[in-house]
Amino acid sequence: MSNHHENIATAHDHHDHGGMDKKGIWRIFFVLLALTALEFLIALGFVHHWGIIQKGMFVNVIYIALTLLKAYYIIAYFMHLKFEKSSFIVTASVGFIFIVYFIVLMLIEGDFLLYHLQEHPLFPNN
Amino acid sequence: MSTTTVSQLDKVKDGPWSGGKSPWNLEYGKIMMWFFLVSDAFTFSAFLIYYGAQKFAQPTWIDADKVFQSIPGIAESGQPLVFVGLMTFILIMSSVTMVLAVDAGHRNRKDEVVKWMLWTILGGLAFVGCQAIEWTHLHHQGFWFGRNPATGLEGEAVAEALAPYFTKDISYTAALQFANLFFTITGFHGFHVSIGILLNIIVLSMTLNNTFERRGTYLMVEKVGLYWHFVDLVWVFVFTFFYLI
Repeated sequence: MSNHHENIATAHDHHDHGGMDKKGIWRIFFVLLALTALEFLIALGFVHHWGIIQKGMFVNVIYIALTLLKAYYIIAYFMHLKFEKSSFIVTASVGFIFIVYFIVLMLIEGDFLLYHLQEHPLFPNN
Repeated sequence: MSTTTVSQLDKVKDGPWSGGKSPWNLEYGKIMMWFFLVSDAFTFSAFLIYYGAQKFAQPTWIDADKVFQSIPGIAESGQPLVFVGLMTFILIMSSVTMVLAVDAGHRNRKDEVVKWMLWTILGGLAFVGCQAIEWTHLHHQGFWFGRNPATGLEGEAVAEALAPYFTKDISYTAALQFANLFFTITGFHGFHVSIGILLNIIVLSMTLNNTFERRGTYLMVEKVGLYWHFVDLVWVFVFTFFYLI
């Protein structure tokens, strides 16, 4: 078993880490930092301070897109998934189809409950 | 046995389905860590999706900019997103130091692994500390599991107690669900961070103990690294859905 480990470890060292040297790591860091900074610029600047964009669907879609992009960079580069065998990439990610379905399902459910389950009073906010 | 002709059956098979080589070229423990993280991602997804479903089911929702607007020790109010921005930065930064530790492990540099692991642990502790301050602040305002600032009040007093946290209409249920889900989800995430710090400390001790040097591989650093990045990944989503949207 230990022999097996070493085989994999050395094979790993030789050809798998080409894409992620120290420079590469810092490059990904600055990408993540820039994406986060962009989120803050939108949230604090455009929405909160200058009031150019209203809170709502449009800005939420931008936030979610930026979040998914950040997730991609973390998973692909920091967690190294991009450099694994493609069969493993598929194995690790294919199950999330169910999560996409679950999101659609639960948001439809929530929308249904909005019109059918109101027990507590609403107070107008002046 | 003939030495000159090799029958079709005796030929060594070397296709991808013939065995004899590692199909994923990954060590067992790393694969298992990945599978654990996939299952954990499902748990967090379920939590966050339920949060979304609740938001869709309520005619109104709390305004995060009004709930989280203090910077502990600097400003009591009027500064949304700044403190949580700091927390996000700390966690991304500690993710970077973790990759640097993994990278040092590939080069079998014990001293560098120790240095970067220490920074990672420090970042994790700083994050959990900030989380504790955030929780304390919210608890003082009256939010907790099963309660919000208006719990125990009647009639118009409810609206008065909750008015500072809403921009649109005020709803007791929405404030309550927000409090429940905020403490549950950030609590579950904070629990993961704490476990991560513990695992990092164990791996750091093993590094100092020369365990990996004797083993000849720093694979263990990679495995805790995967977990640590996952924790950072979850925070990216928690940050978006609780603080931005």
